[in-house]
Amino acid sequence: MRSEKIEDFTSGSTNAHRMAAKQQEISVTEFFEKNKHILGFDSRSKSLLMGIKEAVDNALDACEEAGFLPEIKVRVERLREEEEYKITVEDNGPGILHKMMPNVFGRLLYGSRFHALRQSRGQQGIGISATVMYGNISTGKPAHIESKIEGADEVAWKMDITIDTKTNRPIVTNDAAFTWEGKDHGTKVEYSTKGRYITGKQSVFEYLRNTAIVNPHARIEFQDPEGKRYIFERATEQLPPKSKEIKPHPEGMEIGDLMKYAQNTQQKTVSAFLKNDFSRITDRIAEDILTRAAVSPSAKPSSLTRDNCKAMIEAIAQVKIMAPPTDCLSPIGDTLIKKGLMHILDGMRPDYYATPVTRPPKAVNGNPFVVEAGIVYGGEIPSDEQVTILRFANRVPLLYQQGACAITKAISEVDWRRYGLEQRGGKGIPFGPAIILVHVASTKVPFTSEGKEAVASFAELQSEIEQALRLCARNLKSHLNKMERKSKTSAKFEIVQELIPAMAKKASSMLDMPMPDLSRTISKIMNVVWVDSGTKKEGQKTLIVSYTLYNYTTKERTLGLHAHLPKECVNLTLFTNPHFIGMNDDGKVTWEIRGLQPSASLKISFELKGEMADTYDADDVYVSGINPVLVMGAEALPGDWGIKGLEITESDDGVPADEDESVEEVEDLGDE
Amino acid sequence: MATNERQRTATDNLTSVVRDIYDQLNGGNIPAMELPLRSKKNIEFDAQHNVWKYGDLQTSRTSKTVQGAQMMLRTIYTADFINEMIRDNKSSTLREMYYISEGWERAKFNSQDESNLLAEDLEIISKCMREDFKLRPEESGAHIYGNLDISTLTKKGMKKFNCMDDVAETGFAVPYNVEKENFGVGDTDAKFVMAIETGGMFARLVENGFPERHGAILVHLSGQPARSTRRLIKRLNEEKGLPVTVFTDGDPWSFRIFASVAYGAIKTAHISEYLATPTAQFIGITASDILNYDLPTDKLSDKDIGALEAELTDPRFKDGFWVGEIQAMLEMKKKSEQQALAKYGLDYVTDTYLPEKLTEMGLL
Repeated sequence: MRSEKIEDFTSGSTNAHRMAAKQQEISVTEFFEKNKHILGFDSRSKSLLMGIKEAVDNALDACEEAGFLPEIKVRVERLREEEEYKITVEDNGPGILHKMMPNVFGRLLYGSRFHALRQSRGQQGIGISATVMYGNISTGKPAHIESKIEGADEVAWKMDITIDTKTNRPIVTNDAAFTWEGKDHGTKVEYSTKGRYITGKQSVFEYLRNTAIVNPHARIEFQDPEGKRYIFERATEQLPPKSKEIKPHPEGMEIGDLMKYAQNTQQKTVSAFLKNDFSRITDRIAEDILTRAAVSPSAKPSSLTRDNCKAMIEAIAQVKIMAPPTDCLSPIGDTLIKKGLMHILDGMRPDYYATPVTRPPKAVNGNPFVVEAGIVYGGEIPSDEQVTILRFANRVPLLYQQGACAITKAISEVDWRRYGLEQRGGKGIPFGPAIILVHVASTKVPFTSEGKEAVASFAELQSEIEQALRLCARNLKSHLNKMERKSKTSAKFEIVQELIPAMAKKASSMLDMPMPDLSRTISKIMNVVWVDSGTKKEGQKTLIVSYTLYNYTTKERTLGLHAHLPKECVNLTLFTNPHFIGMNDDGKVTWEIRGLQPSASLKISFELKGEMADTYDADDVYVSGINPVLVMGAEALPGDWGIKGLEITESDDGVPADEDESVEEVEDLGDE
Repeated sequence: MATNERQRTATDNLTSVVRDIYDQLNGGNIPAMELPLRSKKNIEFDAQHNVWKYGDLQTSRTSKTVQGAQMMLRTIYTADFINEMIRDNKSSTLREMYYISEGWERAKFNSQDESNLLAEDLEIISKCMREDFKLRPEESGAHIYGNLDISTLTKKGMKKFNCMDDVAETGFAVPYNVEKENFGVGDTDAKFVMAIETGGMFARLVENGFPERHGAILVHLSGQPARSTRRLIKRLNEEKGLPVTVFTDGDPWSFRIFASVAYGAIKTAHISEYLATPTAQFIGITASDILNYDLPTDKLSDKDIGALEAELTDPRFKDGFWVGEIQAMLEMKKKSEQQALAKYGLDYVTDTYLPEKLTEMGLL
């Protein structure tokens, strides 16, 4: 599509000449005008959203690059013409130089990021200008841009921009300087477009809300066509670390890429070109590649032929090159994901935010990537529907083509039944009161299409997503287990503390008999040793932990109790306890309780002091030397703990398992 | 048994249920109760009475679960409440009992189904009838029309009525208690009893003068018949020697209505011998009627098909006639209403259909 050298084909007389003349007229812009769907402008409701998405993505990128906490204002107004809307997106970014404004907004494929490799939202400069163009052609109205750069003596500029679709050049009108009251720096884009405003899963609101979740450092204001305003306040003042630019890594490069780079390089020799324009290429590797490809190291890069390039690509595949650096990525991080989720989803009062997982970065085909996952569970999240999937690529929500996305595929591959969600046959999108968030960050996210709506699937990425999901799901499962134990515990307490005494009271008063002694009945119903864990915070850095053991069985009991303490926080209060047996190098502690009588109780209490004291979860307590079925409030000591539990041979009493009452079948044979 | 004696037995039996729970608590045990399993798996044919009754399968209710403990607590409260009612000579509806339980704290019923089920449980445990507990259903029984003298207890003592001459075309309303002390069955010249599912068909037969013309006593079942309705049909059959026929819609649910009249309902299988009339005969609408009379039909719903399939595993329907009917209906995938006979005119049912069917049965 290079059209710099315009030759005169019209002088020829063949059909081919005539057709060539026509072919000549197709510009990039025209091509995209005819193929809007490639960019995602294929339906009215989608066009509206895609435009806003491009503008907001750019605004966030610009703010972060300049180191400003983003403040984004989005307004959608319904115009008098049918299906016509005016969109305004304003940011507090660094602003755009006056002379650059026409090209940034009025020329497709223009932008500095096209050849740069870094984790950014808009990975090609096609977005905002495509939005402007779609507005132009659908309404006939120009876009209006205002921008001011930093500096007290700088003036703000405004202009109207239309794109000439034949030449891919901006047409500027009403270009004027003005004073932007109360604005230090920033850009405002205003354009009219055909579109349809919708609510629900693929709405502007949903896109902005999800953007707020993964950009907890941004403040986003939104005014919908009814004039209703929504504000997503920022959850943190902490800007994400600036993403670093990296040079392309030779692996995974296509021959066309190499030829393009070779033409555009500033380097004088092929050897220098390889060493300086790519990452992870040393002198030795450059030499190795060029020897294998039979290319002279001192040749000029621009002189490389297609065959040379082909040989070099083949050589690169044979040479061992270090994986690209991964420090160029900036994942959101587990604490900020949790914070973002809590901040935005709190209205649904979820029961639990499973600790999010950020996987270590990986690289495939020269592209580094990192996967993060989070799960929100319970509360008012509907429980009889498929889970909600929140997909993100480089902090941008993906709202379309859920089915085609690697994230969805990975979710469908995990057997969620093991983690407490319903899933038919252990495959597919699970059902249950959960929201699953997955974020893929990369210098080059592999999308399935130019519209950047779904992440393309390849084995390494999909397995990383599955890993992240499984780790996060494990956190969810252990929470659900705890909840189930709690509800079983409370059911038994309900029986012995309320129902049995009420039975005894009513029956004895009706029969005129004395109140019976209930302790043996209660022991038989409970038939457990109950480990009641409790914590109390004292001051900033002290946590008092206590474990009270109640023997609600009919026999005396001996058992070991185990916990994994933050080692640096323990003190004498732990060691002096008469039941304390020992602590290993990891901080795993064993206590021993001997001869606890029926109906008797015993308390073990100690102090944790220091920074990490409040990270201790007192519910994570384990027992040994006793049939775990007989214990409530603690789990059996796991085999992989690497410490020896108490070995006691119980003469045991045949533990009567909790049999549920056989269900009485009530049929629809009602007789009145 | 006389009323007083039956009620004394009820009081004694209920008290001993409570004493049993008390003794278990006093002995340091987990209170538990054994009850017959109340499902179709546990229905057996009682050759002595010719009806279906509960078999030997038991389900145990223990206080180890919240649900079981709660049911037992309710049992104690309910037993106490019934004993009080008997002592004070009051009665209450099942619905009233449900509301009275509001004051029972943890023993409170969450739904009326729960209190109804418990009332039936107590019948089984105490071997008394709900009527002895002075618990009555919300609505009284259905209606009866035909040349039959009856006497019934009113506020002014026992009164006599004729169910044709003394009543409007809607018939005589059957009270909830049709035991002898309350309700007497007198003279009749009727030749048979016909129990009818729908009010529309009942009214059609009355309007067309069918009872007068053919010597029929009509009983309107109004869906699944109430206990008193079935008890009355049984008494007419036993005391007057009248054959009983059942005329319903032609769908799976109507088959069950017939089964509860003739064989005994699953929920009340503990008292089937009081309620069921084993010699009752099914008139229709049968699956073959749908074909033979070319009746307008509806498609079977998934629920209907499920109900028919469930009936194939119901021991009460295990005879050649019913297996054939159920399979025929499953095959044609159609059902029909008794009022569909109106296709051939309003008199068709009384002039043609019923005379044909009854002649076949040897009743006309």
